[in-house]
Amino acid sequence: MSSGTKDHAALSEIFNKDEARVDWHDETLWFVRAKRDKAAHNIPEWESLRETASLIKNNVLSNLHNYLIDFEEQAKKNGVTVHWAADAAEHNQIVHSILKKHQVDRLIKSKSMLTEECHLNEYLKEQGIDVIDTDLGERIVQLAKEPPSHIVLPCIHKKKEEIGELFHEHLGTPEGMSDPVFLTAAAREHLRETFLTRRAAITGVNFAVAETGEFVVCTNEGNADMGAHLADVHIACMGIEKIIPKRKNLGVFLRLLTRSATGQPITTYSSHFKKPRPGQEMHIVLVDNGRTTQLSRPDFRNSLKCIRCAACMNTCPVYRRSGGHSYHTAVAGPIGSILAPNLDMKEYADLPFASTLCGSCSNVCPVKINIHEQLYKWRQVIVKEGYADPKKKLAMKAMEFTLSNPFVYRNAGKAGRWFMKHAPFTVNNKLNLWYQHREMPEVPKESFGEWYKKNKKND
Amino acid sequence: MNVGLFIPCYIDQFYPNAAIATLNLLSKLGITVRYPVNQTCCGQPMANSGFEHLTQGCNDLFIDNFEEFDYIVSPSGSCVLHIKDHLHSPEQEDKAIGIRKKVYELTEFLTDVLKVEKLSARFPHKVGVHQSCHGQRGLMLAQMSELVDAPFSKPLHLLKMVEGLELVELSRPDECCGFGGTFCVAEEAVSVKMGKDRVADHLNHGAEYITAADMSCLMHMEGILRRQKSNVKVLHIAEILNAQ
Repeated sequence: MSSGTKDHAALSEIFNKDEARVDWHDETLWFVRAKRDKAAHNIPEWESLRETASLIKNNVLSNLHNYLIDFEEQAKKNGVTVHWAADAAEHNQIVHSILKKHQVDRLIKSKSMLTEECHLNEYLKEQGIDVIDTDLGERIVQLAKEPPSHIVLPCIHKKKEEIGELFHEHLGTPEGMSDPVFLTAAAREHLRETFLTRRAAITGVNFAVAETGEFVVCTNEGNADMGAHLADVHIACMGIEKIIPKRKNLGVFLRLLTRSATGQPITTYSSHFKKPRPGQEMHIVLVDNGRTTQLSRPDFRNSLKCIRCAACMNTCPVYRRSGGHSYHTAVAGPIGSILAPNLDMKEYADLPFASTLCGSCSNVCPVKINIHEQLYKWRQVIVKEGYADPKKKLAMKAMEFTLSNPFVYRNAGKAGRWFMKHAPFTVNNKLNLWYQHREMPEVPKESFGEWYKKNKKND
Repeated sequence: MNVGLFIPCYIDQFYPNAAIATLNLLSKLGITVRYPVNQTCCGQPMANSGFEHLTQGCNDLFIDNFEEFDYIVSPSGSCVLHIKDHLHSPEQEDKAIGIRKKVYELTEFLTDVLKVEKLSARFPHKVGVHQSCHGQRGLMLAQMSELVDAPFSKPLHLLKMVEGLELVELSRPDECCGFGGTFCVAEEAVSVKMGKDRVADHLNHGAEYITAADMSCLMHMEGILRRQKSNVKVLHIAEILNAQ
């Protein structure tokens, strides 16, 4: 952790100060998880769909180089300009240079977690370029000057009353108005004007098809289409792992994506973009930003299969009770916790520990990423690289000594005495974090070992 | 059949009754069980904290204690899963592999190896079953709510043989209780909240007892129940399957 930054435990402690709000957050996301279950159970071949998607993505990761070259070739044939960015900084500069060429100082952007990862909005603002997010949830957090707390539902941490206040302040809606239909209409009116007047549009990419050079953007609001179709310049930004080999593979991924994300059978708009319309410029920025490093880590490479559905967040009992901002990274939740340490192991050393390893994330993942196993493996890497708390190291050494020596273990005292000082649930026994909200186990008069010696040993 | 009893360290120290019930239940079913007295811990507390490299002592000790048995049985899904997934030994890997194949959690041993279809147990109470994650999702003791597949449950199969026992339905049948090993102190706020929510689900559905195939989850929930001055008790599943 960099100094001055709070870690996941500290941030979720703050989040938990308002228990009623935690309950509301948990119930809201559990509702989405339940919708996902219902949608999945309506597809008898669900598990084989997941397996197929996983195999296609494995194939992509093993042949990424060739698929990317194919995609570039096809996209160029379609009249699209293709750019390659090694990292976030280069991605941001490429976007800026395109805008500069067209003398554009204001643009609209539909949802793209990649641009969040690259902090594009902040960068463009420094260059004097105004960005308006057109996804409603993203627009709300943008008005609140906050990052999204969830990759599919960016403002899921906000109650409708809070959104009403924001709209009152920024869009002039009546004070105290929190009716979602009214607020949505107000946002639509406000965005319609920007759609009509902005000449450049950025979209994300959900799937890029190597065989055809086309790409698919999924939205529920149609805001990607509206932006791209009205703008003179369309810039699509994508991580290099978004490639799929063939158009027909969409038949697998589009069935899985939204059922996993929100429980809908499909997104309202699955928009296919292939070539610029006459007079329009279309650009694709292919971004690495650590992805090839992750690809080179055998234990973690398959995290790149992720299609950003957020099912792992909705199901995660820790995410639901700690909120997306407690992960202090663009992609929160279980998947974020295995992606982020690849980008900065020190800064995100806390995230693989923000889990009970319950395994629900791996079970809902539509591309079968073994998320909870990777969390366990990241813990080993982070400790080996020297990012563990020195106090924890000492406690673990003490534990190793006692538990490796039966004589020491048995003679550490009467039943429970050693454990009361050193067991995992009392490791920080000076602060006694167990005891703040939980009673300690009652110490029995004898351990099982002692009982066995008396009662059974000579049976 | 030569069965070795593997009793996790915290059960040895804090919950001897769960271990005694396991031993008595197996004996009652005609199995000869021996408890190797030099056992300590599977090493999971260190490994899950990122210190797997400190577990070789525990691993070697485990192999020395248990290699001679036909089966190793333990009243903890979590510790069994750790052995199955992470027991290694550079010096004697063949023995480690052998152990990983013959270690069983108690309820899966009863249903899969002994194929128990009848128990002489009586427990006339309303019982909520907590599905411990490592047992359920790791050892697949029961079908998981996330998957689209046929339902089954080894612990429920056994509990249904207990006379007088009434199972309570839960709103979220397989959500984690938030214990998570060192997670329970490292992420204290979330851990406690998860535990409170899990306990509330059982209380709201009228459970008098909460049971599980893992004592660690129950220890966590017991800590919360007792702090709330609740009369609801936790009991390891072996104690119910062995109740008269």
